[in-house]
Amino acid sequence: MTELTDPSGPAAPAEPVAFPQDRTCPYHPPTGYDPLRDGRPLARVTLYDGREVWLVTAYATARTLLADPRLSTERRRPGFPVPTARFEAGRDRKVALLGLDDPEHHQQRRMLIPSFTLKSAAALRPRIQRTVDDLLDRMIAQGPPAELVSAFALPVPSMVICGLLGVPYSDHEFFEEQSRRLLRGPTGADTVDARDRLEEYLGGLIDAKGEQAEPGEGILDELVHQRLRTGELDRADTVSLAIILLVAGHETTANMISLGTYTLLQHPDRLAELRADPELLPVVVEELMRLLSIADGLQRVALEDIEIAGTTIRAGDGVLFSTSVINRDTARYDDPDALDFHRPDRHHVGFGFGIHQCLGQNLARAELEIALGSLFTRLPGLRLAAPAHEIPFKPGDTIQGMLELPVSW
Amino acid sequence: MHIDIDKDVCIGAGQCALAAPGVFTQDDDGYSTLLPGGEDGTGDPMARAAARACPVGAITVRDGTA
Repeated sequence: MTELTDPSGPAAPAEPVAFPQDRTCPYHPPTGYDPLRDGRPLARVTLYDGREVWLVTAYATARTLLADPRLSTERRRPGFPVPTARFEAGRDRKVALLGLDDPEHHQQRRMLIPSFTLKSAAALRPRIQRTVDDLLDRMIAQGPPAELVSAFALPVPSMVICGLLGVPYSDHEFFEEQSRRLLRGPTGADTVDARDRLEEYLGGLIDAKGEQAEPGEGILDELVHQRLRTGELDRADTVSLAIILLVAGHETTANMISLGTYTLLQHPDRLAELRADPELLPVVVEELMRLLSIADGLQRVALEDIEIAGTTIRAGDGVLFSTSVINRDTARYDDPDALDFHRPDRHHVGFGFGIHQCLGQNLARAELEIALGSLFTRLPGLRLAAPAHEIPFKPGDTIQGMLELPVSW
Repeated sequence: MHIDIDKDVCIGAGQCALAAPGVFTQDDDGYSTLLPGGEDGTGDPMARAAARACPVGAITVRDGTA
């Protein structure tokens, strides 16, 4: 490890950088973040409306602060930082799980933990493999070429989460479109309307499940029959949980499949290394999680004054975490911009850290290993079907990933 | 080596069982638990990596047999 960081030193004064910014290369942090990569643990950044908030940029500081209960994820609190104007709309509404602090957060999380353990993810592997195989069969029968996001990256996690939750996949066009509007707008009205529609749809599904004498096999069936009926959850919380599980369950993994594929195709030596040794798959997935850091801008607000790294975060201050910068801290990683399958450990913050670390991470790892492993095994000649720099990817104010991925083989 | 798991803090992320599958597993509720005989870490060098992987600091690994 190189020693460029002095985590005990105060944040050096510098002109605040705008955050978030669009990436220039879809798998690297925006070049506009270069001033944030000078070894300081925290920096001041300006949001879309000119307001200044803290941005955590060092790995050690991030792990400390993400585990600190004095930082809240409740977006209704004054000072809670949002990356773009459209997320101001509807901020008054309670968001389950990731929008709650303990103890309420833990009461909800413990209901879901058994469905997302390593064992549960392992048990789902045959089903995920069948889904991946069927989609690849269809794509191969119809191509080449293919548009990989719509033919593969999105339907894999979408089908898997539908089966897991007990949501009919036949409704996928509806909820994928509403998820897209919820996360990417383009306007605040889109965000609010998309959530209204998802609430209406999943609320109806939850009511229908409540009328069944015998529960079905999905997580939503379990929540309805074991938690809603007993009064442990109210209907609004059950619907909010359903939205989060459905949206987070397919959008994030879809982005990792599309961007992970693009990144591997842009690193032919690393791809050859993976092809020569398929046992590397779990570490390849872990390294892609680190390098790509698709959820780049975790949001918190301080409940009390916090002394950290020679700086005081004041009660009410907004605090953002740039996972793409944190996961490339030179005090933590040698040659951090390189895709390297031989790093000594997996302790990146690509799934977050602290009590809100991704609930679905074990499922996501299984999906990514099977999807990427099968894709490159079945299609040894897979290549981009357009110049790499012309392929569109998502703007900086949402989860990172490819908008399209034209491929051939 | 002695391992303690604070089950009141555990969030069931499963990172310990992923890092050191010979020492940790998840119980039926999804919370971290030691495999039989795991309290002494079974000499597994990954036990410390598991403690470090825990997102909520629920795992303590101490030297000695106390």
